[in-house]
Amino acid sequence: MAAEEIYTNPKNFVNRELSWLEFNYRVLSEARDKNIPLFERLKFLSITASNLDEFFMVRVASLKDMVHAGYEKPDIAGMKPKQQLEKIAEKTHELVNLQYSTYSRSLVPALKQQGLRVIVNHEDLTEQEGAYVDRYFHDNVYPVLTPMAVDSSRPFPLVRNKTLNIAALVKKKSGEDDTLDFAMVQVPSVIPRLVEIPEEGEGRAVILLEEIIERNIQSLFLNYDIVTAHPFRIMRNADFNIDEEEAEDLLVEIQKQLKKRQWGEVIRLEIDERVDKRLLKILKRELHLENDDIFFINGPLDLTFLMKMYGMDGFGALKTPKYTPQRVPALMNDDDIFTNIRKGDIFLHHPYESFDPVVDFVRTASKDPDVLAIKQTLYRVSGNSPIIAALAAAADNGKQVSVLVELKARFDEENNINWAKTLEKAGCHVIYGLVGLKTHSKITLVVRREEDGIRRYVHLGTGNYNDSTAKQYTDCGIMTCNPLIGEDATAVFNMLSGYSEPLGWNKLVLAPLWLRGRLLKLIRRETENAKKGEPAHIMAKMNSLCDKEVIAALYEASCAGVKIELIIRGICCLKAGVPDLSENIHVRSIVGNFLEHSRIFYFENGGRPQLFMASADWMPRNLDKRVEIMFPVEDPEIKKQVMHILEVQLADNVKAHVLQPDGSYEKMDLRGKQKICSQDQFCEEAAEAVRRKLAEQEPKDRRVFIPAEPQENQ
Amino acid sequence: MAGKIFAAIDIGSFELELGIYEISPGSGIRKVDHVRYALALGSDTYRTGVISYRHVEEMCAVLADFVRIAEGYRADERRAYATSALREARNNRIVLDQIRVRTGLKVKIISNSEQRFLTYKAIAGKDAGFNRMIQKGTATVDVGFGGMQISLFDKDALVTTQNLPLGVMRLRSFLNRIQNESRETRTELLGEMVDNELFTFRKMYLKDREIKNLIATGSTVIHLARHFTEEGPGEWISAAEYKEFYKRVTAMNRGMKEDVFGVSPEYAALLTPSAAIYEQVLELTGAETMWVPGVCLLDGMAAEYGEETRLVKFKHDFSGDIIASARVMAKRYKSHIPHIQAMEEYALGIFDAMKKYHGMGRRERLLLQIAVNLHSCGKFISVRDASSCAYNIIMGTEIIGLSHRERELVANVVRFNRQEFSYEESGEDSMLIAKLVAILRLANSMDRSHKQKLAGAKIAVKDGLLTVSTSYEGDITLEKIAFEQKQEFFEEIYGIRPVLKQKRRIK
Repeated sequence: MAAEEIYTNPKNFVNRELSWLEFNYRVLSEARDKNIPLFERLKFLSITASNLDEFFMVRVASLKDMVHAGYEKPDIAGMKPKQQLEKIAEKTHELVNLQYSTYSRSLVPALKQQGLRVIVNHEDLTEQEGAYVDRYFHDNVYPVLTPMAVDSSRPFPLVRNKTLNIAALVKKKSGEDDTLDFAMVQVPSVIPRLVEIPEEGEGRAVILLEEIIERNIQSLFLNYDIVTAHPFRIMRNADFNIDEEEAEDLLVEIQKQLKKRQWGEVIRLEIDERVDKRLLKILKRELHLENDDIFFINGPLDLTFLMKMYGMDGFGALKTPKYTPQRVPALMNDDDIFTNIRKGDIFLHHPYESFDPVVDFVRTASKDPDVLAIKQTLYRVSGNSPIIAALAAAADNGKQVSVLVELKARFDEENNINWAKTLEKAGCHVIYGLVGLKTHSKITLVVRREEDGIRRYVHLGTGNYNDSTAKQYTDCGIMTCNPLIGEDATAVFNMLSGYSEPLGWNKLVLAPLWLRGRLLKLIRRETENAKKGEPAHIMAKMNSLCDKEVIAALYEASCAGVKIELIIRGICCLKAGVPDLSENIHVRSIVGNFLEHSRIFYFENGGRPQLFMASADWMPRNLDKRVEIMFPVEDPEIKKQVMHILEVQLADNVKAHVLQPDGSYEKMDLRGKQKICSQDQFCEEAAEAVRRKLAEQEPKDRRVFIPAEPQENQ
Repeated sequence: MAGKIFAAIDIGSFELELGIYEISPGSGIRKVDHVRYALALGSDTYRTGVISYRHVEEMCAVLADFVRIAEGYRADERRAYATSALREARNNRIVLDQIRVRTGLKVKIISNSEQRFLTYKAIAGKDAGFNRMIQKGTATVDVGFGGMQISLFDKDALVTTQNLPLGVMRLRSFLNRIQNESRETRTELLGEMVDNELFTFRKMYLKDREIKNLIATGSTVIHLARHFTEEGPGEWISAAEYKEFYKRVTAMNRGMKEDVFGVSPEYAALLTPSAAIYEQVLELTGAETMWVPGVCLLDGMAAEYGEETRLVKFKHDFSGDIIASARVMAKRYKSHIPHIQAMEEYALGIFDAMKKYHGMGRRERLLLQIAVNLHSCGKFISVRDASSCAYNIIMGTEIIGLSHRERELVANVVRFNRQEFSYEESGEDSMLIAKLVAILRLANSMDRSHKQKLAGAKIAVKDGLLTVSTSYEGDITLEKIAFEQKQEFFEEIYGIRPVLKQKRRIK
C-alpha cells in the first residue's frame, strides 16, 4: 500500500460516535473512582446521563435521519450510518448498564453509609415515612397531575420528549369487562424530583417523585384497578435540526426524500426492567419502537436528578471544596484595565483565574469617554450576563456597539434571541450570524481615541463570553493592544459585518478560509524538519480531533519521526501508538473537576517554536463551517506560562487517561510515582501567584508611620 | 488631540470602500480601518448605461452603514468620491440625489484625471524615496478593470498621462474567445494584443525617454504582489524576477490562483490579463524595477485632505505637476515658449495685484496659469480658427489633476481669449471664466510683439487704476494698442481700469 493510502485508509480511523462513547466512559470512570469525594461522583454520573441524552438527541437522531433517507456515505472509519447505529446501540446499552450498576451497587450503598438513605422503591418506606409522602402527594403533587386513560373513545396520548411518565395497565372496577386499558400520567417537572423525608434521629432520607406518584397511583384512576405501573421516558427525533457536520450533502438528500423523514419519531425508550410484558407491548406498538431503541433500566430513570442531590445542603465533607477563581496578578493594582494592557499583554487562565477582568474590560469600555466602539462576538452567554448589560450601557453612552450574536448555538436559541433583542433595543448594532456559518470565534475589540491617536484593545479567547461557565471550563485568553492584532481584529469584524476580506492578515488565522491550510502547513513543516533531521515536535490540546485531512497529516508526521503529544478531552478519531502509522503519537484525555476546554497548539519549527491558541478544535465543522480564530502567543512571558500548561497536563498522572493502540483509554500506573493532578496544580499555582504579588506589594517596613497627604476640599 | 479623523469613501466600479484615517502632523497619515464591499456598479453602467435600482438600493444601504461607521470613529470630516461607474451612468444625478436623501452623504463624481492624481498623491505620500525615484525616469501604470493609465515623469514632475482602453475585463473576454488554444499560444496571443495597444503610446511618448522604474497601482496588482515571490508578498520586484513570476502565474489554473492569491474565482480570472499587461509594460519601457506601493484612491483622498488642512506636508509640489503637464502640451503643439513664459509672469502679476478685487484663490490662479500655457495651442491645427481648435484640443486631452469642470473652464478661458466673450456660451462658470479671460487678454496684449518687452514691469492697483509700469526703453506701440483694446473688457469685469505706463529715464 502506498504511504498516502495508509494515512487515509478508513481502517486507521475511529468512528467519532464510538470515540465519543469512550469519552463518556471516561467520565463514568470518575463516578466509579473511590478516591473522589462521594458527592462529586454523583455529579459525574449525572453528567454521563445528560451527555448521553444530548448524544441521542443530536447524533443518534441525525444518524437515524440518514438511514431513513437512504444516505449511505461511509464515515471517516468507513462505517455506513446503519452500521454505526448498530454499534452505538451495543455500546450505549453497555454504558447504561454500567451507569446503573455504579449507581445501585456503589453509590447508593456508599450514600447510606454516609447517612443518606436513598429510598429506591416506595415499598421500602416505613409506615411513618409512608404517611409523610402520602400527605406530600395530596398536598403538592395531586393538584398538578393529569392522568390519562386510553380506551376506544380516547386515543393514545402525546408523550412529550424527555419527560418522565408513569405508564399503567388498568382494569375497570365494575368487573364484567376483563380488558386491560393503557393509562399514563406525566411526572410533573414543576415539582422537585428529589423529595427529602424528615427522619427521626440520625441520618437523612430521600425518595424520587415518581415513586411517590406510583405509590398513590390508585387515587388517580378511581374507577379502575391498577394492574401494573412503571415509569418510562422517551426521546424523540424532533424540534432539532440535523447536526451541521454532514448537513450539506445530507440536506440535499433529505430534501429529495422529504416524506421519508419522520418527524417526532421516538428514537429511545427507557423503562423499568421489571416492566410488564403487556405494557411494554402497547408502548412498543404505539411509539413504533425497535428492540435496539429500548433501554431496560434497573433503577431510577434519568439520572440527572443526581445533580440536585449534589446540591443538597450539608454533606460538605463529601464534596470537593469550592474553588474561588484567583485574581490576575498583572491586574492587582489601581490602574484601569487599559493602562494595564498598555504595560504589556495580559494572559488569563480560567477558571484558575477569574473571568472578572473580561467583564471589567467591557464594562470599563462602556463607561470610558474615550472609547469609540466596542465590538464582540457572542456565542453562548449566561442569562443575566453582566457583559450584555455593559454592552447595552455602552450603546446608551453613545458608543458604537456591534455584536455578532450566534443564534445557531445548540439548545440555546431561545435564550440567545431574547438578549439579542435587548441589545438591539439599547441601540447596539446586532448581527444575527452569518448564512451557512456559525460564528464560534471569541473576540472583543475596543477602539479608543487616545492622546497619541486611535488605539485598539483586543481580547481573544478559547472559551465563550459566559461568566458562569468560565467557572467550570478551563479556557485561556489574552488581552493585548498590539496594533497588528488590533488591525486584524478590525478586519475580522468588517468581515463579520458582510464586508470583503482584508488584503492580508498580520497575526490572526481565520476559519473557514485560512485555518485548515495553515494548520496543515504547520504540521507538514514539522514533517519536513523531521526528514531533515531537525528537532520536530507537536503538542496540541483540544476538545476533539476528527478531521481526516489533519489526522492523515499527523500520521505522516509521525512516520517521519515527529514527536506528537496530544491532549484531547473528547472525541479522537486518530489511532495512537500503532506501529508504522502513529508510533510517535501520544494521546491523553484529561477528565477532571473542570471541563477541559482550551485549545493550545505548539510547533517546534526547528528550534524557533510557535505557539497558538484558538477557538477551534480540529474537526471538519470547526475548520470548514465556522468562523474561528487562531492567534499566536508571542509575548515571551506568556509563552512560558502557556508552555507550562501543556507540560503539566502532559505530566498529569491522576486525571489523565492514555489512549492505547487498541482504542481503549487507560489510566496510568501510579506506583512509585509522585502524583500530579494538573487541575489541582493550576489551582494552587494561581493562588500562589496572588500571594506572591501581595507580598511584593506589602509595605516592607511596618514600623514607620506614613503621614497622609493633605486632601483637598473635604 | 492634535490629529484629525478623516473618513474617505470611494464608490468604485466594482467595490464600495471606506477608509478611516488618522492624520496628524506628528505621525502623518495612518489608516485605521478599511472596509470593502463588493458591488459591481460597473457592470450596470458598462452594459446598460444606467445604474439599476437594485444596485442603488444596495449601495445606499452600504453607504448608510459607512456613515454609521464613520460616525462611530467620530470622524472630523468625511468625503465621498465616485469614479467611472457613476461618472458614465446616465442616471447619475438621480443616483447622487438618492444617496444624499437616504444617507446624508454628498458624493462628488471625480474625473479620471482627478482620480489618477489622487492615487498619485497617495504614492507620493507613502514613500520618502519617491522623490528620489522620480528623478530617474519613472512611469506609473495603473491597470484597472476598464482601462489602463500610464503616466510619465520628467525630472521629478509628472508630465503626461494617457488612458488606454486596455483593461483586464476586455482582455479576459478576449481570452475567453481563444479558450481552446494551448496555454502557450494563449499567453503569446495575449502578449501580442497588449503590445499592439501600446504601440502608439510608445511611438508618441516613449521615444526619447528612459524609464528606470515602474510604479504599479490598481487593485489587481495589489493582489498579484501578495505572491511576487514564493515566500509571499513583496513591494519591490526586479524585471527579471517579474518574468519568473509571470511564468508562474500563467502556469497556474484558476483554482490554484484562487488559493495562492486568496481571491474569488471571478477575480482569479482577471489576474492573468493583469499580469500580462504589467509584463508587457515592463518590457516596453525597459524599466529595471517595479514598485507596488499598494495604495488606493482612499489613501489619495486622505493625502489630499491632509494637504488641505496642512496636517501633513509633502515634499513634492503637486501643482507643479499640473503646470508641467500643461507645458509639455504647449511644447507638443509648438507654442511660442518665451511668449508663454512672459505671459505667465504678467498674468500672475495682474492676478496677484488684483487679489483684493477679484476674490479668487490659489486654485483659480493655477487655472489661469494653465490657460496661459495653453492659450495658443490651437494654432497647431488652424491659425485662422485657433480659438475653437484650442478649445477642442484641451477638451480632448487629459490634464492630470484637473476635474472635468476645471478642464472645461480652462478651455473656455482660452477660447474667449480671442473670441467675443459670451456669457450664454460659457455656461455655469461664466463669471469665473469672464474674470480669467479679462486677465488673460490683458496679459496677452502685454506681449503682443512676442518680444517680452514688458518683462519685469511693475503691476499694482493705485487710486482705482491697475497700473502696469515698465522701464523698457524701446518702442512698445504694439503692446500699447493691444492693451488699450483689452482695457474695456477688463474694466467691465473688475470696475478697475488698467493703464500702461512707460517710464523713460531722461537722458
